[in-house]
Amino acid sequence: MIDLTTTLSNLKLDNPIIPASGTFGYGVEMAELYDLNILGSISIKGTTQNARYGNDLPRIAESSSGVINSVGLQNPGIEKVINYELPNLAKIFHKPVIANISGFSVEEYVYCAERVDKISNVGLIEVNVSCPNVHGGGLAFGVDCEKVAEVTKAVKKVTTKPIYIKLSPNVTDIVSIAKSAEQAGADGLSLINTLLAMRIDIKTRKPILANVMGGLSGAAIFPVALRMVYQVHKAVKIPVIGMGGISKAEDVIEMMLAGASAVQIGAANLIDPLICKSIIEKLPELCERLGIKKLSDIIGAA
Amino acid sequence: MRELVFTIQKNQLIAKHMFNFVLTGDTSDIMKPGQFVNIQVPGFFLRRPFSVCDWRENELTLIYKVVGNGTEALSKMSAGQELSILSGLGNGYELREIKNPFIIGGGAGVPPLYGLAKRLVEKNITPKIILGFNNSDEIFYVNEFKSLGLEVTVTTLDGSYGVKGLVTDVIDNCEYAYVCGPLPMLKAVHKKVSDGQFSFEARMGCGFGVCMGCSVKIKDGYKRICKDGPVLNYSEILWDEI
Ligand SMILES: Cc1cc2nc3c(=O)[nH]c(=O)nc-3n(C[C@H](O)[C@H](O)[C@H](O)COP(=O)(O)OP(=O)(O)OC[C@H]3O[C@@H](n4cnc5c(N)ncnc54)[C@H](O)[C@@H]3O)c2cc1C
Ligand SMILES: Cc1cc2nc3c(=O)[nH]c(=O)nc-3n(C[C@H](O)[C@H](O)[C@H](O)COP(=O)(O)O)c2cc1C
Ligand code: FES
Repeated sequence: MIDLTTTLSNLKLDNPIIPASGTFGYGVEMAELYDLNILGSISIKGTTQNARYGNDLPRIAESSSGVINSVGLQNPGIEKVINYELPNLAKIFHKPVIANISGFSVEEYVYCAERVDKISNVGLIEVNVSCPNVHGGGLAFGVDCEKVAEVTKAVKKVTTKPIYIKLSPNVTDIVSIAKSAEQAGADGLSLINTLLAMRIDIKTRKPILANVMGGLSGAAIFPVALRMVYQVHKAVKIPVIGMGGISKAEDVIEMMLAGASAVQIGAANLIDPLICKSIIEKLPELCERLGIKKLSDIIGAA
Repeated sequence: MRELVFTIQKNQLIAKHMFNFVLTGDTSDIMKPGQFVNIQVPGFFLRRPFSVCDWRENELTLIYKVVGNGTEALSKMSAGQELSILSGLGNGYELREIKNPFIIGGGAGVPPLYGLAKRLVEKNITPKIILGFNNSDEIFYVNEFKSLGLEVTVTTLDGSYGVKGLVTDVIDNCEYAYVCGPLPMLKAVHKKVSDGQFSFEARMGCGFGVCMGCSVKIKDGYKRICKDGPVLNYSEILWDEI
């Protein structure tokens, strides 16, 4: 028997496979296709204090091996997530979930973190710092070491559950951002979020996305994500959840060799809704072939 | 919804840039006309959504227009090749017990209306068909609609076939309409009818409700075109915003 278990702070996962925030809704649609309880955990859609509709359509553009989205954090708001989505998910998924939260001010992060911290099926809080800071000229929190530290400290103060800061790759030096999150008390890191990108329609000569720019994810970004996970893992002592372009079992092994304790799978779910299941089924055989008895042994082995 | 493998049976040019695409496979997930499937075209990242034109046991018919690289690649595929398809997506048209509804379609929006017309006829309802195209080269399926025993009015922009003009020029006294076509057409048609069901398009990330890529505002919140649509009711649509 190959041991696929892994650990994120105090959370024990049956395997390292976690659907990424924003690509799995709140699980109900996917539960029509397979029993979600085979998953390590689930990261729910990013939640803000109030309901948000998000950006105008079109919100989706394609690229070679990837997708650019400008959904703009559409979500029903924290109240509805706590009172409706999370209890609903608890009925179909009987393990702790990852609550992904977003904010446009430090106060909003604090509010959301404090609320989800009290929910029993939340095992870990993932703080998405890729949002623009409305009090900071609209620049994303995640591009500034001090802002990341400020959000981390403020959120840590009001919570008891592990806090994982989800890093933006749209920075000059992701290692320094990762270190400031660690110094500010983060229990772990999630990376990467999407890469800022765009497409132009050559017939209309206009950007395809109504929002002009969006975030690129999918297979196209895998080597970039892998490099960042590798660099960050070398520089910090806290666990790293690796993501970005993972679309097969081999990618999971590679991401863990780079330093990921667990992985998230995002865009791949959109084109192959059974991808997480297939990867989980494939892992034991692949480990066997690679001479891996305990998957967590390979974390950061590269 | 299920992820299934279908085999191409026929991939035939039937009008300018329009292909009749017949596939063999399990169609049991398709419940209503107006639902769609999401096709993985080899070499492309995202799937391509196409309305179900017609279906029966083990046979699915789609009609697609070549508009870009994905549909171009699809048009080069031949009988015997296999495709991964997410089948049975979307809500589809609700078949209402209205005696003489209109069915109004334009261009690449015509396909799902054929499956709809066929099923309305099975329920002894006789819809009046109005189909709009740019010109005579682009016309397809007019005879198929006529074979259902229905009255069909065709409009072309340049007058090369049927009535010269737009579908809205020939809508008269319409209480209830089933509509599918480009957005400007849907908007124009809504002003000429009192009620009905309208099928919308949106660029999709997933096609089954998890990514929020296709979400539009409606009177009472929002709807995902892929999961809560593509068919929306006249009265819930925010016509000035969509
Ligand atoms: C619910 C639904 C039903 C549809 N039914 C039909 C049908 O029956 N027959 C038909 O010919 N067409 C239909 N379409 C439109 C069809 O999906 C697009 O023409 C097709 O995706 C274009 O792909 P492409 O690679 O050739 O174009 P490209 O422009 O190269 O595609 C780039 C990306 O944009 C997306 N895209 C481009 N145009 C559209 C569009 N109009 N709607 C949605 N996504 C688009 C593509 O899926 C792809 O992700 C339908 C669309 C939807 C949403
Ligand atoms: C449609 C879509 C919506 C997303 N929404 C969120 C979100 O709400 N919060 C968040 O932290 N990340 C969000 N992401 C980013 C993913 O969780 C993930 O970090 C990124 O897509 C990279 O992984 P991938 O290449 O496997 O998709 C979203 C991604 C996509 C494609
Ligand atoms: S396309 Fe993903 S929710 Fe509609």
